[in-house]
Amino acid sequence: MSVAPEHLIIAPIVVPFLAGALTLVYDERQRRAKLAIGLLSCDVTLLAAIELLARSKGSDLTGGNDIGFYLLGDWSAPYGIVLVVDRLSAMMLVLTGLLALPALIFSAAGTHRQGQHFHAMFQFLLMGLNGAFLTGDLFNLFVFFEVLLAASYGLLLHGGGEAKVRAGLHYIAINLAASLLFLVGVSLVYGVTGTLNMAHLVQLVPTLGDDQRPLFHAGAGIMAVAFLVKAGIWPLSLWLPSAYAAGAAPVAALFAVMTKVGVYVLVRLSFLIFGAHAGASSAGFGAQILLAGGLATLAFGLLGVLASREMDRVAAFMVMVSSGTVIAAAGIVTGGGPAAVLSAALFYMLGSTLAVSAVFLLIEPMRRLGGEAELILDDETDDYDDPDDDPRPEIVLVFPGTVTVLSLAFAVTMIASAGLPPLSGFIGKLGMVQGLLEDTGRGGWAWGFIALLFLSGFATLIATLRIGIRTFWGSEAIEPPRILALEFAPILLLVGLLVILSVKANVTLGYMVDTTDALLHPTIYAEGVLGAPRAEDAEMME
Amino acid sequence: MELVLSAAIGVLAASGVWLILRPRTFQVIIGLCLLSYAVNLFIFSTGRVMPGVPPIMPRGGFVDPTAYADPLPQALVLTAIVISFATTALFLVVMIASRGLTGTDHVDGTEKLP
Repeated sequence: MSVAPEHLIIAPIVVPFLAGALTLVYDERQRRAKLAIGLLSCDVTLLAAIELLARSKGSDLTGGNDIGFYLLGDWSAPYGIVLVVDRLSAMMLVLTGLLALPALIFSAAGTHRQGQHFHAMFQFLLMGLNGAFLTGDLFNLFVFFEVLLAASYGLLLHGGGEAKVRAGLHYIAINLAASLLFLVGVSLVYGVTGTLNMAHLVQLVPTLGDDQRPLFHAGAGIMAVAFLVKAGIWPLSLWLPSAYAAGAAPVAALFAVMTKVGVYVLVRLSFLIFGAHAGASSAGFGAQILLAGGLATLAFGLLGVLASREMDRVAAFMVMVSSGTVIAAAGIVTGGGPAAVLSAALFYMLGSTLAVSAVFLLIEPMRRLGGEAELILDDETDDYDDPDDDPRPEIVLVFPGTVTVLSLAFAVTMIASAGLPPLSGFIGKLGMVQGLLEDTGRGGWAWGFIALLFLSGFATLIATLRIGIRTFWGSEAIEPPRILALEFAPILLLVGLLVILSVKANVTLGYMVDTTDALLHPTIYAEGVLGAPRAEDAEMME
Repeated sequence: MELVLSAAIGVLAASGVWLILRPRTFQVIIGLCLLSYAVNLFIFSTGRVMPGVPPIMPRGGFVDPTAYADPLPQALVLTAIVISFATTALFLVVMIASRGLTGTDHVDGTEKLP
């Protein structure tokens, strides 16, 4: 890692990009080579993300928040595009890496042979996600959003079949419309302030005249609608359950982090643009809407979890519960509530995203246990198979004690996502409730949030228990199903991560507290970005 | 000039929104195209509407910025055009696949019976 350490910041974007481009060179039959490239890229990206996380958690100089910058093309900050890695973005990078690796391993069990260019699209999706987390420029954010969306359209349709095309049609149409709204919002913001750089915006917003503010607020609001669509807020999320349920298991497992991109951008921009520094009429703009929308999403999600019979739809509604919770918490804190709510919510987001991702991976093996489908390969989807191709997965290694391990993994994800002690969901929810109890200014809203937090956990518990009983106890299969080690390993990996997250909760929660603290001081971010030295100047000084 | 431009954007956006809400996939895709035209014009208009002004300044010395057009929105429009063109083409493919698989051009894949 000592070679050109400052270039490491761009590695999470460049590595998947090159890997994705390289897999296009290989013929569809050379899936092992493609898989190897993909795995290598995921590993490298994850390691780079962990290194960036280790760098940005240091505590000195800027009030305990180290921020890394990367000036693209060596243009100084407000003129060129800048990549910024701080605590929040480093955390999201690591989360993406941790979800991508298990999903890719799982896909090797069969999904990646159901269509063309699975690995290329997978890598491009990673590139878009990492880019969206890293960029410090609004228009660049739009470009990375489009990269990740274009890849996600392909991945969602991967495997083909009527259900996927139907869900994909809605998904693409709504995301295209949302992207157009994003563009309108960005150009309004540019028209009013004359900049697209997020750090520059932090400094310009307080200086806006009163006659400019309504237009600026309108632009920010229109832009926020685009992010809220991605985050899956009610009522803009009616496409979400069918799209996530239709996607192939590893695709849906990675999509669990896609809603979090919307949440991430909302959190980042609301604190940067509408923090306490923004001036009387702009500070806390939209906080009430975020809170109300988040609570509505939470309520809709919990009703959906209860109403769903199938595991895939339950998981899709769990995604909505998770993002609704974090959006509502962000609304509380941007509105001036206690910071502890957001740090607990970010911790909860980590755990719930990992848990939902594990649930998406569990669906397929559990279906086989229920005797519904044999192997993924025998599914109704159109297989892309050459006649000379081996119809069985490459590595056939059946795991021992299938049912026991599967049910234990299911129990862990159930406990973590329902928020029962001792796993991470409980710790996150407890922290949020504690913070909300301190929040005296909002009265009914805080109590409503607490009630919904408990109810959503209860609903998740009922729904998952029902499915667990039906699958593990009501199964009529006499022979234990064939489940490959390639499918088990990623599930166990995610479950292990959940356990580690719960055991190491004090470290992670401390990190989140610092993250929230940094979010509440956007001027440090702004001064850091705008003062980032150019490589040329640094050389001249030496 | 401003009036014509804003009227054009308004008409395009209104027609686009109307078409997006229609039940046929072809109408939806035409609606998305019209909306993206409206958005592209809108982005273009954020860098002051001035005819016959160059966007690139000469090198060296003081130049009066009011005599030049803002080049950034023009660059943004270019990016936006390329991206919306590509994603619309992709949507077209999905639309045709949907038509082939479901046998109908309804956005839900099934005809609503009266």
